[in-house]
Amino acid sequence: MGAPLLEAANLQLRFGAVRALDGVDVEIFPGEVVAIVGESGSGKSTLLRVLAGAMEPDAGRVLYRDAAGEAHDVQALSEAGRRRLMRSDWGFVHQNARDGLRMGISAGGNIGERLMAAGDRNYAHIRAEAADWMGRVEMNPERIDEPPKNFSGGMQQRLQIARCLVTNPRLVFMDEPTGGLDVSVQARLLDLIRGLVAQLGLAVFFVTHDIGAARLLAHRIVVMRHGRIVEEGLADRVLDDPRHAYTQLLVSSVLAA
Amino acid sequence: MNAITPRNAPENAYNFAYLDEATKRMIRRAILKAIAIPGHQIPFGAREMPLPYGWGTGGIQVTAAILGPRDVLKVIDQGADDTTNAVSIRRFFARVANVQTTTRTGEATIIQTRHRIPERPLTEGQVMVFQVPMPEPLFRLEPRLAETRRLHALGDYSLAQVKLYEDIAKQGESGSSYNHPVMVGGRYLMSPSPIPGFDNPKLHNSPALMLFGAGREKKIYAVPPYTTVESLDFEDHPFRPVRAPQRCSACGSATSYLDEIIADDKGGRIFVCSDTDHCAETQGL
Repeated sequence: MGAPLLEAANLQLRFGAVRALDGVDVEIFPGEVVAIVGESGSGKSTLLRVLAGAMEPDAGRVLYRDAAGEAHDVQALSEAGRRRLMRSDWGFVHQNARDGLRMGISAGGNIGERLMAAGDRNYAHIRAEAADWMGRVEMNPERIDEPPKNFSGGMQQRLQIARCLVTNPRLVFMDEPTGGLDVSVQARLLDLIRGLVAQLGLAVFFVTHDIGAARLLAHRIVVMRHGRIVEEGLADRVLDDPRHAYTQLLVSSVLAA
Repeated sequence: MNAITPRNAPENAYNFAYLDEATKRMIRRAILKAIAIPGHQIPFGAREMPLPYGWGTGGIQVTAAILGPRDVLKVIDQGADDTTNAVSIRRFFARVANVQTTTRTGEATIIQTRHRIPERPLTEGQVMVFQVPMPEPLFRLEPRLAETRRLHALGDYSLAQVKLYEDIAKQGESGSSYNHPVMVGGRYLMSPSPIPGFDNPKLHNSPALMLFGAGREKKIYAVPPYTTVESLDFEDHPFRPVRAPQRCSACGSATSYLDEIIADDKGGRIFVCSDTDHCAETQGL
């Protein structure tokens, strides 16, 4: 499988007396989908933010390997370097679409922003790409000039995904991408994400408290509790044969429909 | 009781050009920095001036700092030499610096301006001083000034480009007919002050030095001579300077920037040059 795309070693982060991250080691390989599951407050979103360089850990380091195979220490990068990474190689899908979208700007502008940030100055090309991506996330391209507030929650989430993927990132971070959506919308969104991930060969770090979503999307599952990784393994192994008492509890807490 | 001095008599109670020498030095340092980093906004300690904010407090301080006894000063307001603001500032410097003033663009060494660049091409050695109400080009796009500074530092101007995309998507063309943002020297996004887009190309590779002073916002920036200044646009929607497709009804010019004037109460309107000096020159006055 070669070298990992992103690897983190011994991450430590405290919020006062709380250990949000307590010696966390994770890695992700190209094309792999890793779900980070755990209850609220277990440190999963914090882990995601540290991995994406949006937050600095007290100790430990995160290494990212770019397309040329060169390793970068994410925390040691300059802000300019981190931003460059964020708009070329990486994408971040927020739980709340409002955090990831510009609400005052049309769908086309939202999707096109990353292209323009990457230096695209051809209006027709930007517009064609935006329309194409709206189609790929199953939105009506005719609504390209409507602002995000005209779209439903599920549509806004699709828009956010299109905005992330338009520059062909290699690694996408998703923080509860299906949170706050109703079940049928969740199912279709998960289906869409699964299709895109397979088609584009994306590596995805994906935070969720929804075991079902993890089962559907993830190749590998990392279970977090109190800032530590208590169990990690192939998705079906972790879900069908959980070893740690906490994972067993998590898996058995899922409501059957 | 003091005798009342005549309105145009030289004033000796103030230092040359009104500001004290220490203040002028401070402003000159800011100007030098601004010239060294074209398009980059340099903070300076703007003083209270004897005119209200919005009337050119920034421009007047820059002029005061660079004015020498042998300079010839021209002041225009929306292109005109004879409007209140222009007349007052010109008279002010005639009084506190006893410098020669003119309305002829060709004769002036320093031209302080509000919202226009003269029609007559500028030459080497001339200095344009712009009055700037809002120096930050990303203002209205990003409300946090600390964040705009970060965006400038990182050269991340996708926000301004997105704004332009939105304008074209909504109305088929750029929405800013004046104060259209420009890239200076390929590095900094700059507000050209509220000059019409028609004047933007005059900033590009101009032989004259362009200084911009914002008094309320306490910023100075500059475009040195022969610096590239490109209006923000898309390859397939190039920036187009706009002028009214008419002729000046006074001088007949078909190339100068025109003001529309309502002529009567029956909907009649005429177009005349906004640059009064250029108009007079064309008429041979």
